Amino acid sequence: MTEKNRQPPGDLAIWIFICAELGVFAVFFAAYAFTRAQHVELFNRYQQTLNSNYALINTLALITSSYFVVRAVAAIRDDHQRSCARWLGAAIAMGGVFLVVKSMEYHHHFSAGVTLSTNTFYMFYLSLTFFHFMHVLMGMVILAAVALKARRGGYSASAYTGVETGASYWHMVDLVWIILFPLVYVMR
Amino acid sequence: MKYQSQSVAKLYFIAAIGLFVGQILFGLVMGLQYVVGDFLFPEIPFNVARMVHTNLLIVWLLFGFMGSAYYLVPEEAERELVAPWLAKLMFWIFLAAGAATIVGYLLLSYSDLAKLTQDDLLPTMGREFLEQPTITKLGIVVVALAFLFSIGMTILKGRKTVVNLVLLIGLTGLAVFFLFSFYNPENLVLDKYYWWWVVHLWVEGVWELILGSILAFILIKTTGVDREVIEKWLYVIIAMTLITGLIGTGHHYYWIGTPAFWQWWGSIFSAMEPIPFFMMTIFAFNMVNRRRRNHPNKAAVLWALGTAVMAFLGAGVWGFLHTLAPVNYYTHGTQITAAHGHMAFYGAYVMIVLAMISYAMPMLRGRRAANSPRSQVLEMWSFWLMTVSMVFITLFLTGAGILQTYLQRYSDQPLDFMTVQDKISLFYWLRELAGAVFLIGLVIYVVSFFAGTDEPEVAEKVEVDA
Repeated sequence: MTEKNRQPPGDLAIWIFICAELGVFAVFFAAYAFTRAQHVELFNRYQQTLNSNYALINTLALITSSYFVVRAVAAIRDDHQRSCARWLGAAIAMGGVFLVVKSMEYHHHFSAGVTLSTNTFYMFYLSLTFFHFMHVLMGMVILAAVALKARRGGYSASAYTGVETGASYWHMVDLVWIILFPLVYVMR
Repeated sequence: MKYQSQSVAKLYFIAAIGLFVGQILFGLVMGLQYVVGDFLFPEIPFNVARMVHTNLLIVWLLFGFMGSAYYLVPEEAERELVAPWLAKLMFWIFLAAGAATIVGYLLLSYSDLAKLTQDDLLPTMGREFLEQPTITKLGIVVVALAFLFSIGMTILKGRKTVVNLVLLIGLTGLAVFFLFSFYNPENLVLDKYYWWWVVHLWVEGVWELILGSILAFILIKTTGVDREVIEKWLYVIIAMTLITGLIGTGHHYYWIGTPAFWQWWGSIFSAMEPIPFFMMTIFAFNMVNRRRRNHPNKAAVLWALGTAVMAFLGAGVWGFLHTLAPVNYYTHGTQITAAHGHMAFYGAYVMIVLAMISYAMPMLRGRRAANSPRSQVLEMWSFWLMTVSMVFITLFLTGAGILQTYLQRYSDQPLDFMTVQDKISLFYWLRELAGAVFLIGLVIYVVSFFAGTDEPEVAEKVEVDA
């Protein structure tokens, strides 16, 4: 089997990790859903204090970054190492945008005195988004490691499992946000 | 044995087994005291027996970890150990300090021991599992520092492998988190809060890294599977361990006066703690199935596979049983906890140390790779006797715990603690019986070291790829 159509793309180990991570988020989302069902009013009231414009910008940033990652994989399949590293760099930059915007949001809430103990909604909001925030950070570290290796010519059109591995992880981070955004910010 | 300095491990392993025997004897004493309350009173009261049982466990596991590191690190780093004399010196200091502490527990009242050791200068005594006199704790720090120096320098100067680095991170974490045993704030909530930084972050954090790296080492050696494959698994397992285990500390913060969000954090993250253990099970069996060689040391492979299964059951499944806050509200501090504690410690940490001893001891005693068949058969008998009796100990304690939870906390007319203890005494008797079988297994284990020593070992059958 050639590298190009091997399933799943990337290293099998990262898929086990991705499944485990998605498991944690799934439990978190389910806990959010069940708790919300019991406190619909409270959740609706405090949901309005969130800035969904910021969250929308972040959604676009992550989706764009995922597109860049796709381009990076396509580039290395054509043996364009430099271009692969550049697309990965662009994806990392979009991750940076996410972190900055998210930090502005946190700053707003923290200066309003919001903590994990303020109420159940904020507990979930802060826990879920912060846990995801840490994953964006980790994804950026992984992408950076892949980009550095790509720049040094560590991958080629015949050996690029590492690029796909990093890409798979990053898509997972993106996917979680795409569920998190409507669940926490939009759904009423 | 490739490097002469690996031989210091032998001392540590022998001491570990000796203390293990002591631990089990005291376990049997207190198991009997559950049902015959004044057995050996006043010579060995229940609280002393319990303290000796748990402290010996921790100390012998530490001996086991250190021995494992002294054996494994030179081989991975491909060089002799830095300062093996230090390792020998520290062994005697650690053994003497440990023995003196146990003798102190047994001969003096705890308050007299506190006075004798000047606990009021820096009070750290009187807390579960950290009962050791302050001076003993300081001794442990000195031993740990010297140990980290030897191991760390060997790794720095030698070949760096993932196994070595993960082990080093685990051992450093062990030493760092132990420092919280010196922090003893007046506020009881804070005291408990940081007490768990030693207790939980050891067994559900850094010790799991030690477990993972020792298991990976044994699998590399006994299966001949490519190091890259094994290292990759190790990465994934430790990442998951850290994510779930660190925040999973929250499952101890439900009812001690900490903020309510811990009930969510603790429940969600610790519910995921079985995942890395499950990965470890898959990993071990997968590697053995893909083996490129049939290592003649069957007993070591059995222990390695055994630890992968029993750690998942004991730490993973039995932990999950009572980790969710709404469940723990009823089960907290009942025999369910004891059931989990027994199988988790045995499955994860006792068995990995015994696996390492099983792998290394034949070489340390001058053999090429394995013991004689007779010795191995005895060792495997002891494996099954100890493991099966531990399963029964766990099941009986779980039965006791479920009944206790119901009668004492859940039924319409809850009964008081001592009445319930009387009603569940049948389970305690059965547990004691299983404990006796465990002791038989342990005796056979010790005997296996002296059986068939003059007989030749089995030759390795090389598997040919089809």
